[in-house]
Amino acid sequence: MKPGKFTYHTPTNLEDAFRLLGEYDGEAKIIAGGQSLIPIMNLRLAQPEHLIDINGIEEISTINIDGDLVRIGALVRHGEIESSDTLKQKLPILPYTATRIAHLAIRNRGTIGGSLCNADPSAEWSLIAILLDAKMEISSMRGNRSVVATDFIQSIYTVDIEPDEILNSITFSLLAHNEGWSVKQICRRAGDFAIVSVAATIALDDKGNIYRLRLCLGGMDSTPIRLTAVEQSAKGMTPDDGWIKDVASEAALAGTPESDMHASAEYRREIAAHLTTEALIEAVNRCKGVGK
Amino acid sequence: MKKTPITLNINGRDYFMDIEPRKLLSDAIREDARLTGTHVGCEHGVCGACTVLVDGKPQRSCLTFAVQMQGKEITTIEAVQKNDGNLSPLQQAMHEEHGLQCGFCTPGIIVTFEAYLKNNPNPSEDEIRDVLSGNLCRCTGYQNIIRAIKKAAAVMRGEEGAI
Repeated sequence: MKPGKFTYHTPTNLEDAFRLLGEYDGEAKIIAGGQSLIPIMNLRLAQPEHLIDINGIEEISTINIDGDLVRIGALVRHGEIESSDTLKQKLPILPYTATRIAHLAIRNRGTIGGSLCNADPSAEWSLIAILLDAKMEISSMRGNRSVVATDFIQSIYTVDIEPDEILNSITFSLLAHNEGWSVKQICRRAGDFAIVSVAATIALDDKGNIYRLRLCLGGMDSTPIRLTAVEQSAKGMTPDDGWIKDVASEAALAGTPESDMHASAEYRREIAAHLTTEALIEAVNRCKGVGK
Repeated sequence: MKKTPITLNINGRDYFMDIEPRKLLSDAIREDARLTGTHVGCEHGVCGACTVLVDGKPQRSCLTFAVQMQGKEITTIEAVQKNDGNLSPLQQAMHEEHGLQCGFCTPGIIVTFEAYLKNNPNPSEDEIRDVLSGNLCRCTGYQNIIRAIKKAAAVMRGEEGAI
């Protein structure tokens, strides 16, 4: 239950971090909040030779809002997102989602970038990044590149990041002014990874018909999945009970959920339908200004 | 493996120690600073027994390396008791409401809620339960802990006779 030996490095800027990554090619691991890495090091499931601690890199530690874009540095803690008054006002889905992550003490240390790079299929940030088409800014000695969350998160614990690269920031677009949102999940216990989670945004036009639907399900596949066919066919529909019921039935058929110690595949499908119903109702209500 | 000299500020006092980088903050607090009030349970972030305050915020001391904590202010259960030797309102309420039996989880719960109640003086029971979900207790069934936290919050708000 104690971690193995490692050499500890503390770069204070990205360039030094890149240089260290190059120097210890393949033997180094980056540590941000460490709330997933240190447990597996304690259990000796991971034993990196070199640990590059990026906690001192200030350039990736801030939340910036520029027009319609919210740029969150990879090193921003879940707890900072949860308590950000600016985000509560501008993009409240983010602070709300943060409250659903693990426990208070974990949220005070864990980072959004670390969670996304870890890519647990049930992680809240993966769900929301994919729902909101977030852009991941990735940096290395070779320069910067940007990749959308859907492409970044490739599979369980697998992301599109090369050994010499570091996730720099995540950029979200604000919701439209008439766009409602909802995040629902079911956990065995508070703070556990969700068995199934559902996130949705709905924008309505002047007539109250759907202008844009985004619907994302976690826990149903090796990554969170967008229901793109359902989203496309939703355009112009009236979000009444009948429509919600149809979408919920579609959600139950999504992905290829597995049976494991937490839940059977069949149960996951049942929860997916149930949570989709709840999420759509809440998103429509928020859109109409009910219970805002 | 080479040891590194570090300084940790714990409960307002500097501790100089030679440690390996792999030393967990929880172990440094217990073994090097000799402050054994912080308990070590699961060592992978699940049980909450090792919770301490880092710059006033609850964090798992088993999920940080001591070497990472230089320049931070660490607060452990030893600093909760008031200078005059009296228990803090939360400690007093835990005592009165029988919020502990074996006491293993208690330091983690108390430091968590000392910080939480400072920022949230009037939490609902749901909010208390949500925060308390980060600390496992195998003795009490939580009911008395929740009662104690509510009582402490009321006392701290100055409503001594409220409950």
